[in-house]
Amino acid sequence: MAIHSPTNPLWWNERIGKQELIWILVAFVWGLIMFFAMIYWHIAGEQNLSNESYRIDPEVYAERVENFTTTYQVREEGDTGIPVVHPPAGSDIYMIARLWEWYPILELEKDKTYRLHLSSQDWQHGFSLQPSNINIQVHPGYELVMTITPDKAGQYSVICNEFCGIGHHNMLGRIYVTD
Amino acid sequence: MNAQTQFRTCPKTGLKVDLAAEKLIKANAVVAIVFLAIGGLFGLLVALTRWPAVHLLSDELFYLALTAHGADVLLFWILFFEMALLYFCSAVLLNSRLAMPKLGWVGFWLMIVGAVIANIAVLQGNSSVMFTSYVPMQAAPHFYLGLILFAVGALIGCILFFATLVIAKEEKTYEGSVPLVTFAAVTAAIIAVFTIVSGAIILVPTWLWSLGIIQHIDPLIYKLIWWGMGHSSQQINVSAQVAVWYAIAAMVLGAKPLSEKVSRLAFLMYILFLQLACAHHLLVEPGLSSEWKIFNTSYAMYLAVLGSMIHGMTVPGAIEAAQRRKGYTNGIFEWLRKAPWDNPAFAGMFISLVLFGFLGGISGVMMGTEQLNIITHNTLYVPGHFHGTVVAGTTLAFMAITYPVLELIFQKELMFPKMARWQPYVFGLGVAGISLFMMGAGTLGVARRHWDITFADATLSFEYPPMALAMLGLNGLAAIMAAAGGVMFIVVAVGTVFFGKSLKETSEVQATPEGVAAVSSYGSETELQLPGTVVLISVFFIAFVLYYFINWKYLATVWPMS
Ligand code: HEM
Ligand SMILES: [Cu+2]
Ligand SMILES: [Cu+2]
Repeated sequence: MAIHSPTNPLWWNERIGKQELIWILVAFVWGLIMFFAMIYWHIAGEQNLSNESYRIDPEVYAERVENFTTTYQVREEGDTGIPVVHPPAGSDIYMIARLWEWYPILELEKDKTYRLHLSSQDWQHGFSLQPSNINIQVHPGYELVMTITPDKAGQYSVICNEFCGIGHHNMLGRIYVTD
Repeated sequence: MNAQTQFRTCPKTGLKVDLAAEKLIKANAVVAIVFLAIGGLFGLLVALTRWPAVHLLSDELFYLALTAHGADVLLFWILFFEMALLYFCSAVLLNSRLAMPKLGWVGFWLMIVGAVIANIAVLQGNSSVMFTSYVPMQAAPHFYLGLILFAVGALIGCILFFATLVIAKEEKTYEGSVPLVTFAAVTAAIIAVFTIVSGAIILVPTWLWSLGIIQHIDPLIYKLIWWGMGHSSQQINVSAQVAVWYAIAAMVLGAKPLSEKVSRLAFLMYILFLQLACAHHLLVEPGLSSEWKIFNTSYAMYLAVLGSMIHGMTVPGAIEAAQRRKGYTNGIFEWLRKAPWDNPAFAGMFISLVLFGFLGGISGVMMGTEQLNIITHNTLYVPGHFHGTVVAGTTLAFMAITYPVLELIFQKELMFPKMARWQPYVFGLGVAGISLFMMGAGTLGVARRHWDITFADATLSFEYPPMALAMLGLNGLAAIMAAAGGVMFIVVAVGTVFFGKSLKETSEVQATPEGVAAVSSYGSETELQLPGTVVLISVFFIAFVLYYFINWKYLATVWPMS
């Protein structure tokens, strides 16, 4: 029994039953399939996280975001005072996470490709794009650069899904995708 | 042999029990249950707050309660109980005296002091950093100090465990190899040492940083090492819980592992193939390459997963084999129908096995896939997953083994046997609910650790689909049920410990529980057909494969990115 020493002192010589062997083999092959699935998706799939990232001083990053915002700002969102920027298709676009906002609001064109830069000015935050459901961790001091291609028009929200203090649940950003 | 050591002989199993070990087991188990009660209460409050129609706690209290919940259940309940298991699997199962029991008490008190300090820090209100305490968010220094003291105490427990193994070997208290369950405990303890060292490497500097002695801690490196502790400790839980499955199958049914070799190898895989499993907590972080992520999340072939999949077959297989040898041979499932479902140890163990596989296991592998993590990271899917592993799996298994432990170690007759009988079902169903409904909400994108998903006070507005809110309502109901199951467990356990009728006088010596010896002498050399187990694992496997590919399809619908 499992709570006693094995009855057969030479247990390692026992033959393994066929049913067990088959299951081990099936499970092992399944593991290999799942491993290769990840590699396959890098080659053939369209949703992969970028490997491009840089260390950056949070203040430097904040400055870049500010420059980007003033250059391409087209309006303010309602009466909130939050700038909405409409960068040219194909360009580098910036968003910063900080206590407790995603800044600025981006207006993108459908089916155009952009290089999105993401970083945090203070703590860790969680970039959660809804309703598309893309979730990426945002660190202070690390700048992630990823290529995105919004393929459906509409209004998207960026929720913070990494706990970042008492304003965490009010940290909401927005991305518009226009036709 | 040490002259002072006192033993008693267990009338039920014939095992020699070191009284010093017995005391430590009792103390650790009781304290564990106290922390389960506290942490469970916080869990209920959290779930009721996330139920939009109820929204019980204020935002500050919610984050406080969530931090307390994670620490009290995941760290304190589980680890105190595991200390009890380590002493049980070494001293008791090997008929040995426990090494250095005095030191065991030092460890025990360190753990208590640490856990109490950490709790105080959290309750004081300025350490609501979640149990993961990601930097640069900072908790009060004594929060980290509490965790460090707790970890040192746990390390002492592991050292005693290994020392006891050495003593047992030298004093020849057992013949041949150690029992499978003890072997499993060895793997758990080895992983525990690795875990605690990782914890020290990261928590000590973090503590110094909170005191202002160290200036900067890199958030990514913090996370990498923190999960070296955080994930490996989950592998301790899996090892311990699978050990409990085998132990209960043996104690209740006399089940013998199909093949000692296969089962031991499967445990060994946990050690060999998990050390950088922290990778699957970092799949959507910047600064780590895809190659690193893919390799370390899977070690190229998912061998730790393979270990669990093997146990997922050999445990029910061992039960089926035992039952068939007892004569339950009709059809595919007579052995299962006629299993002792009214024995809470068995029922809890089997429910734990099924829920761990279907809810915790499949979801864990899915979201541990590099790209699939994009659609699950930090959503409620994550807590949904680990309530399937560490609550439906580990916690329920630990509850299940508590029942025989109350009789064998505490030597008490169970109080409220009817309540005990229903407990695994109530708790199991409730936890299955919280696990499923949180995963459901997470699939719809709902964030974890989030006080208000209606965003009532935010400058901008956003609404999750109504279905997501419904999921959280159902989650609240399931949480009430799980809490009820938890209360039933605590009432039975605490009632029995303090008010149960002692079995010391009444029990006559009986070498083995009924029916146990009869089936214990064969392994798979006799190649028994196990059609029921084959059907069970086939259903499991099909569910696994389908669910895995469905999620790739889901991923394919989100914005293209690279
Ligand atoms: C009555 C039983 C329980 C209920 C109702 C419950 C419910 C919950 C809920 C609703 C969350 C919050 C999810 C979120 O907002 O992010 C949560 C988090 C969590 N639970 Fe439980 N839970 C229970 C038992 C347990 C047990 C027994 C364990 C561990 C053994 C556990 C471990 C955790 C952990 C580690 C977290 C994450 C905390 C964090 O995000 O920092 N829970 N639980
Ligand atoms: Cu945030
Ligand atoms: Cu946040």
